[in-house]
Amino acid sequence: MKCEKAGHLSDKDQYKEVSFWEKIKLVSHILFCKFCREYVKNNKRLSEIFKESDLKTMTRSDKLKIKKRLYEEILK
Amino acid sequence: MKNSLPSINDLNPNLWVDKHSDYLFNYTIVRVNDTEVAKDLISETFLAGLKSINSFKGKASERTWLIAILKRKIIDHYRKINSKKGKAEVRINYSEDSEIDWLEEKVSDPYIKNAEDRIQNHELGFAIFNCLDKLKEKQARIFKMKTIDNIDTESICKEFNISPSNLWVIIHRARKDMAACLKENWF
Repeated sequence: MKCEKAGHLSDKDQYKEVSFWEKIKLVSHILFCKFCREYVKNNKRLSEIFKESDLKTMTRSDKLKIKKRLYEEILK
Repeated sequence: MKNSLPSINDLNPNLWVDKHSDYLFNYTIVRVNDTEVAKDLISETFLAGLKSINSFKGKASERTWLIAILKRKIIDHYRKINSKKGKAEVRINYSEDSEIDWLEEKVSDPYIKNAEDRIQNHELGFAIFNCLDKLKEKQARIFKMKTIDNIDTESICKEFNISPSNLWVIIHRARKDMAACLKENWF
């Protein structure tokens, strides 16, 4: 497996979108590839950081409501 | 009558919601702890910003200026609540001599720990937003939908009219940039 593919699997893994076999492939690749091991480590840490931050976004419909009010005001 | 305000003193109200609403939302939610109130305060902040657009001197960034308005809105909100409730009654059953006991009780209060955690999370949140600002707009939107809102791949692909492999390329670049940006202080 090429590093490009391993990186892609690691990304998918952060969103729990890898199959069992893909995971096995990824783990066996990083066993021998220092470069990808580093990428996987950073990728996991990034996911942890997002979890720790507990960020929230506004829903699209809420944003639209505010936009509408703002536009009405701009048009006045 | 104008259809849009393209840019006044470097402010661009047409883009305020897209550019700043998530940031302001996180700023507000830790302070008022109520989603509905937070949304109202943000809406009021943008409207107040629009009204006082001519007072913007361009010394601060657009976001800093909006935060300054938001802070006042939050204070007003608490003033309103307090005047409704009347003055809050605080009873402390400790004499001056037992101040140490009081301190000890405070230290053991689990809420204090939570408060610390919340401040820590809050700072982390701002660091994340600063890094998100450095991504390209479309890239940031897709990354936020996938990572913060947990929207599934298929829905995002449909909305942006891209293939799953396009999506994963965008996510890969965004993750690399975000990791590099956050690395110094948070890894």
